[in-house]
Amino acid sequence: MFETMSLLHLQQYWWILVSILGALLVFLMFVQGGQTFLYTLPQTLEEKKLLVNSIGHKWEFTFTTLVTFGGAMFAAFPLFYATSFGGAYWVWLIILFCFIIQAVSYEYRSKPKNFLGTKTFDFFLFLNGSLGVILIGAAVSTFFTGSQFTVNAYNLSKWQHSLRGLEAAFNLTNLGLGLGVFFLARILGLLYFINNISNENIYQRAKAKLLPNVIAFLVFFLFFLISILLKEGFAYNPQTKLVSMEAYKYLHNLLEMPLVLGLFLIGVVLVLSGIIITLFKSSKKGIWFSGLGTILTVFSLFLIAGFNNTAYYPSVYDLQSSLTIENSSSSKYTLTAMSYVSLLIPFVIAYIYYVWKAMDKKKLDMDELSKEDNLY
Amino acid sequence: MIENIDISLVDWSRAQFALTAMYHWLFVPLTLGLTFIIAIMETIYVRTGDEEWKHITKFWMKLFGINFAIGVATGIILEFEFGTNWSNYSWYVGDIFGAPLAIEGIMAFFLESTFIAVMFFGWNRVSKKFHLLSSWLVAFGASLSALWILVANSWMQYPAGMHFNPDTARSEMLDFWQVLLSPVAANKFLHTIFSSYMVASMFVIAVSGWYLLKHREKLLSMRSIVIATTFGLIASLFTAYTGDGSAYQVAQIQPAKLAAMEGLYNGKNGAGLIVFGILNNNDNDRDEDDITMKIEIPKMLSILGYRNADAFVPGINDLVNGNKEHQIVSATEKINQGKIAIDALAKYKEAKKLNNQQAQDSLQKVFEENYKYIGYGYLNDPKSIIPNVPMTFYSFHIMVALGFYFIFFFMLVLYLAIKQKFENKKLILRLGILSFPLAFVASMAGWIVAEVGRQPWAIQDLLPTIVATSNIDASAVMLTFALFAVLFTVLLIAEIKIMISQIKSGPKGGSHV
Repeated sequence: MFETMSLLHLQQYWWILVSILGALLVFLMFVQGGQTFLYTLPQTLEEKKLLVNSIGHKWEFTFTTLVTFGGAMFAAFPLFYATSFGGAYWVWLIILFCFIIQAVSYEYRSKPKNFLGTKTFDFFLFLNGSLGVILIGAAVSTFFTGSQFTVNAYNLSKWQHSLRGLEAAFNLTNLGLGLGVFFLARILGLLYFINNISNENIYQRAKAKLLPNVIAFLVFFLFFLISILLKEGFAYNPQTKLVSMEAYKYLHNLLEMPLVLGLFLIGVVLVLSGIIITLFKSSKKGIWFSGLGTILTVFSLFLIAGFNNTAYYPSVYDLQSSLTIENSSSSKYTLTAMSYVSLLIPFVIAYIYYVWKAMDKKKLDMDELSKEDNLY
Repeated sequence: MIENIDISLVDWSRAQFALTAMYHWLFVPLTLGLTFIIAIMETIYVRTGDEEWKHITKFWMKLFGINFAIGVATGIILEFEFGTNWSNYSWYVGDIFGAPLAIEGIMAFFLESTFIAVMFFGWNRVSKKFHLLSSWLVAFGASLSALWILVANSWMQYPAGMHFNPDTARSEMLDFWQVLLSPVAANKFLHTIFSSYMVASMFVIAVSGWYLLKHREKLLSMRSIVIATTFGLIASLFTAYTGDGSAYQVAQIQPAKLAAMEGLYNGKNGAGLIVFGILNNNDNDRDEDDITMKIEIPKMLSILGYRNADAFVPGINDLVNGNKEHQIVSATEKINQGKIAIDALAKYKEAKKLNNQQAQDSLQKVFEENYKYIGYGYLNDPKSIIPNVPMTFYSFHIMVALGFYFIFFFMLVLYLAIKQKFENKKLILRLGILSFPLAFVASMAGWIVAEVGRQPWAIQDLLPTIVATSNIDASAVMLTFALFAVLFTVLLIAEIKIMISQIKSGPKGGSHV
């Protein structure tokens, strides 16, 4: 089945898969977004417990998706893995530290004799939800703005900026996406609380906090979007394999790939719909609309970064060192073998859906919480 | 190919990987084993309807959760560290090595993370049978995760199913099934998970023993001990069996590791296996067998390594200097061949740039003739093929001695448990508590044998560790090493304090404040 596909088609297939994983990751960051409200949304200890346990039942999905995204990148595009992780050392290490401290925080925060105290673990969750998310957004934004590295004839890479990846956070466009993703995660976190928790006080406060976050999200995301659509992009010639700058490259990509444009627009509309029905129709299902919208929007952003003869991990230091899905991928054999493994993904999604539904069929409330003997 | 080698960077990168891997391994064996012990206990609950079994299951699940969280926290860095600290390696073998890591995520991590939520929070939300299924799926998922990471690790020790592509300058997969089903992978997986089941069994025995000494939780402890000793005994027997398989494989594919494990410098026919011995000289540069207080089983090493009592087992000197009688190529000769391969690859690249097909063909031929030893080409000193002998030697003997100790310990405890004489045997109960850290020592020692023993290789014979690092400053790695050391130590202290507090409060104690 996959053996008959060309190498290019396999590379495209795997770019689509990592794009889906990236899109799912951003949606699942509602957990991170929710974490940033632990200081401001609840007014009592019980309310805080409701919030923590609501997102605490889901944190591992985000974590696992991040790890799988990394694994898929390693398997499908090892040159990206080697170049970016080995080069942008500090930005990735800080992101990883933010996730290490998250992994213990839910389980340990309310346990007796937890050494660091509940406040420290709650701060860890805040750090994960803020710094971790902003840096992930900034790092992904370099797919459009470029980084400073070289790749030699043996495909061994060398980072050329002394800040080792942290320089990404000092670029306004990158910061725009970083903060855009941060506020989007907060919006999704609020919508998730509204959907998952049965508590009028939390509902009212979450709803009230929605609008300021939506405004902040729109400002930063539109700044990022306009910046990349109007800037020069990193095009490559499929015949000569040479990379060159092309004016309005990402705008061209959207217009030249109508399906992607369609997905992008539907995604944006869905994100806004989820917010609108929550704000103006008092619906509690906004998370599903905005969640699906987030997936479609991020997915289409990944596609315009890597498709239509575009270098998805460009080097502004040496254009010809830029990574494309063609020059950075695994071999045809490996991509084929991995493609068979990818057939498991629908089953994985199916059992996640089934379990999610079974676990969330009853909303979380104080009564439900009092019955639990394993609380975060 | 490699511009320069910074030994300080290599050392710090190795130190960081060792630090993070060993911290991670403090928690993984418990996760692997406890999930099965919990699933067995819950199965008994579902089959018998006895509520006490439910309490027992929930108690161990609570302790499992504390361990699992920090296992996840320390685990994420390992996957990404291949990229951050070993980026040359990541490119060189990413075509093969990345696949098991991705499959681990798709197949195992999602299984674990999805059903663990049911395990902990689903008691009142799903049916009994669905909850039980979830517990088994978590156990299965944890071991499945171990399978894929051990497939990846085994491939580093025994690079099967691949070839080197000079155009991309990397190793590429030729046969997925050879990678997955390599005998080394199968054996390593089984040896690792069974030894982990032993560690988890010892944990259950130690905690239960502590309760019995304190005259608390008698029913929980007695039942838990029966399950844990049965599980532990089966696991320890399989650990010994697969350990024997490992020794055989090491002899075939990593003879320098076997020589270091036994401190064998001068090879011999009918070599004996050292049961106990002390290395007189801990200098790696010595060239004579120098072991005192040696207790040896005659011919056993030949039998273990080659299934033949009179087989020749090469020593370190044979591997460094060569041994014509036994057709062993010297390290110097391999280094020369490796340098020819590296040189041919560089010239091949030049010829390709000039579009000189004839030169390319002839250089590719030279390269392929010498590729087998390409990794040696990065070494200069023939003695650098010797791993750290004292570390490998002592780790191996500690691991084996403890492995046998645990078989006898599990047998003794199971016998006493069946005869219902366990409760009053304070010495055995105390021994159970004291033996728990020894289970970790055995497990860690096993990894030291596997990883220190295979140096200087990242990929056996093909890629030495010194050229596998990222192109970063050693100072950056020193800083992250320190950060990891501080963070993981703090988290470990938190984990131990919480664990002790939860054990002290017992199954009916509050799990949260």
